[in-house]
Amino acid sequence: MRRDRTPEVIGVIFLVVALSGPWLPQWAMFILTIAFARGLVALGLMLLLRAGLVSFGQALYYCLGAYAAGALGKFIGVGDIFVQMLAGAAVAALVACVLGFLLARYRGIFFGLLSLALSMILYGLLVKNEALGSTDGFNILPSTLFGIRPAADWVRYCVVVAAAFAGLAAALLVHRYLNTPLGRLAPAIKDNEIRVEYMGASARSAIHVKYVIAAVLAGVGGALAATNVGHIDPEMAYWTTSGEFIFITILAGTGNVIAPFAGALIFGVIHTLAYDLSPNTWQMSLGAALLALIVFLPNGLWSLFARRKAA
Amino acid sequence: MVAVDGVMYSAWLFMAALGLTLIYGVMKIVNVTHGSFYALGAYAGASFTGAWLARGYPPMLSYAVLFAAALVITLAFAPLIERGILRFMYAKDEVVILLITYALFLILEDTIKLIWGVDPYFVAEPYALLGSFELAGLSYPTYNLILVGLALAMGGALAWLRHGTRVGKLLLAVIHDPEVSRAMGINVGKYYLVTFTFGSMLAALAGSFTAPTVSVVPGLGVEVIVLSFAVVVIGGLGSLPGAALGAVIVGLVRSFSVHYMPQVELFVIYFVMAMVLAFRPRGLFSLAEPRKI
Repeated sequence: MRRDRTPEVIGVIFLVVALSGPWLPQWAMFILTIAFARGLVALGLMLLLRAGLVSFGQALYYCLGAYAAGALGKFIGVGDIFVQMLAGAAVAALVACVLGFLLARYRGIFFGLLSLALSMILYGLLVKNEALGSTDGFNILPSTLFGIRPAADWVRYCVVVAAAFAGLAAALLVHRYLNTPLGRLAPAIKDNEIRVEYMGASARSAIHVKYVIAAVLAGVGGALAATNVGHIDPEMAYWTTSGEFIFITILAGTGNVIAPFAGALIFGVIHTLAYDLSPNTWQMSLGAALLALIVFLPNGLWSLFARRKAA
Repeated sequence: MVAVDGVMYSAWLFMAALGLTLIYGVMKIVNVTHGSFYALGAYAGASFTGAWLARGYPPMLSYAVLFAAALVITLAFAPLIERGILRFMYAKDEVVILLITYALFLILEDTIKLIWGVDPYFVAEPYALLGSFELAGLSYPTYNLILVGLALAMGGALAWLRHGTRVGKLLLAVIHDPEVSRAMGINVGKYYLVTFTFGSMLAALAGSFTAPTVSVVPGLGVEVIVLSFAVVVIGGLGSLPGAALGAVIVGLVRSFSVHYMPQVELFVIYFVMAMVLAFRPRGLFSLAEPRKI
């Protein structure tokens, strides 16, 4: 068997981002940071997708993470990026732990629809909440790093390095998780749940754990996105945001933990380019791409890469 | 007053959700393009009626134009989508088909922008034409009565087609077991095509008859689709009485919250949906389904 080089690749990516950062233009750093933020969410969705579950409400945790980060700055005055990410993760974990008891009982289309309903509940609450800026949302404080405020030119660089660190550390951890017995249960649950239970494992608790992990990843992603954009609004919880995350996950495939980040980067670049070239047809290109992917590459772009390696 | 508003909103919801539940019931497709057909219907209704009135044709006939607009626009798009794309996907998993319709939804959203541009359309004439009526000291536009009537007619027609005709009985066989139906000589593909077209037409009709009451802008379908999901899921996916009950529940809940606690308007709708899913995952009108091994 080939040696698994994923950890090394992850390390190299981090070094490349960290070292090339100072020479990158601001917009490139912005796109990179967003890619890491979205990649985190997609990584979580990938975990669920491996077990055959598609969540149409991952924007719930993305938005929760962003608002947790924003509220820290708005009400307590803390703008430290690591504290924000931790807050996003903590809030998401708490909510997911509770909701997980409910959601872990659902499969297939009902899992998707219930998660959709839950994210729309958050949207409904935020839209009408004056203290949190209702539909306009609010701006969040410029970030600091471990309590130090970097010079204005360096803020973006600090954010992108923090994002890369969080994203790649998460990728590494998830990579290890996938090789644990609990992680390996996912494809089995997808194939045949009853057999999983005959083996003595609980599909429900396995799904619960995956759901919480996915939520934490999305929470961190949301906090990163909030810091990066500097503004948050309830649109982050709307179902179209969840749709984008699903697009990224399908684009990437479930082959490897790096794939979601690559998918998020590709999505970000397509998004930016298509929006620039023809703002009225970018959704169309997105839809056509999604359709083509489902039909021709059901295992995502990563499967191209994996097939070539195997040959 | 709250109840009257609630009934009118329920009627609208029922129209919007009816096609969705029909398509799910027969084809087991959670059809996101439903929202696009609603939007297509609204745009077609607004532009056809606008053109009709601009030529100075009798305004009373504009209702027929609204109807025809929905019909034409559905026949232009629905068979194309079903025959061209969905037909090849039926073997796939429900969730995958959901993603496929989501992709089609994205494509149709921009198709709409390409055809009609991004400027809003207004055609208030059919709405204003009928004047208003008084009920308990408050006046309501008579047009809303048309919406209620249309919703009842659509629901009634569908119930009659399902239970009172030969086609409906054959359809039941198709729902129950497409494979055996095919073996018995029923043209299942044709039934799917007709169901998809008819279900989409219901969405387009809802859209075109709503068009005079709102300004028709891009993104119209995005909101409708989640609302319809809520309605259909509350009642039970694929159930006709379920959709009616879901529409009434959501309609009343919303109008009560709008009148007494406006800050929770959107929240309550999805809260009800989540509660129903939590306690009756398959909706209020649903049969138990055995776990498959």
